[in-house]
Amino acid sequence: MSPMSNLAHHHTAYHPRWYRRRMSVWWWLKDRAYMKFVVRELTSVFVAYFAVLFLWQIRAVTQGPDAYAQFMGRLKTPLFLTANIVAFLFVLYHTITWFNLTPTAMVVRVRGKRVPDTIVAGSNYVAWLIVSVIVAWIFTRGI
Amino acid sequence: MPPTIALDVIRYRPEQDAEPAFQTYEVPFRDDWVVLDALNYIKDRLDGSLSFRWSCRMGVCGSCGMMVNGKPKLTCAAFLSDYLPGPVRVEPLNYFPIMRDLIVDITDFMRKLTKVKPWIIRDQVWPLEEGEYRQTPEQLDTYKQFSQCINCMLCYAACPIVGLEPEFVGPAAIALAQRYNLDSRDEAAGERLKILSDHAGIWGCTFVGECTQVCPKHVDPAGAIQQFKLTAALDALKSFLVPWGTR
Repeated sequence: MSPMSNLAHHHTAYHPRWYRRRMSVWWWLKDRAYMKFVVRELTSVFVAYFAVLFLWQIRAVTQGPDAYAQFMGRLKTPLFLTANIVAFLFVLYHTITWFNLTPTAMVVRVRGKRVPDTIVAGSNYVAWLIVSVIVAWIFTRGI
Repeated sequence: MPPTIALDVIRYRPEQDAEPAFQTYEVPFRDDWVVLDALNYIKDRLDGSLSFRWSCRMGVCGSCGMMVNGKPKLTCAAFLSDYLPGPVRVEPLNYFPIMRDLIVDITDFMRKLTKVKPWIIRDQVWPLEEGEYRQTPEQLDTYKQFSQCINCMLCYAACPIVGLEPEFVGPAAIALAQRYNLDSRDEAAGERLKILSDHAGIWGCTFVGECTQVCPKHVDPAGAIQQFKLTAALDALKSFLVPWGTR
């Protein structure tokens, strides 16, 4: 060991020795709040999954009725059913957690007064419901 | 009611210890005692060599922040009765270098704080005889919450990004930048946007939200950062759509 590194290792009045704790790779497992955050981040993978699935569906539509029927048949296999249920639950978690965070990111003021958080978050749920009803109406119209 | 309670306290004496280690102290349990009272009991009666920072003991000065059972707390506001039956784990604030026992080095935080220019900046300062800069109660209301920060750094100890990205400016400093951006007397929002509009600034934040949860003054740094992001995004969109417009 060189004399310099030996010096660096010892604490003196003019060479204090700070201790830096290392952050574990598993930091997010140690706290419930961190875990919820990491799960929320992870849910974006399932959002992407649904986007890819949707693109695949459009491709099947452009290839004609046979290709579309084959695509729909594939969705009914246990593998896809399980994958879609799991993905749906994660996307639901994604939607709800982000909706609940909107009042923190958006301050809405009406006549100088801040609109309560429940109304800012609630308006997202109302919009979600309206869009869902419209989509459901479009799909069930033909039946 | 138990007559005593145990405290597991981190000790680090750089002149003799290679790394920090816990030391257990048994202190009297009293209903009206906070963790800081217990630490002072240790310092006065059991072990005078224990080092920690404190001053006002009433949640104003922001110097007694430590990790209590793994959560950042002002020890003057953390009642022993909430940690029964013990032991209570007391550690220095997360992510800061430890100087001695429960004392951390805050130089880096002070550097980040001044970086965001948390003071009123004006293009033209009025002469004194013009009187004070007046504000309506509504104008005060827009930033008042963010002005309650006492620089206790609990939000830094709660933020994993601070631990993972050493250059991240951090919750309190960005909240204070936003406090001056929203102040009707200030004219330097554009300047602060340039300083904070990068990965070490607002875009480093991934909205974990724990800074807001641990803040003893209800400052809501997570809110300040997200609102800053919204302003920055709208600003970028505006300069993209109207590049010839003056900013």
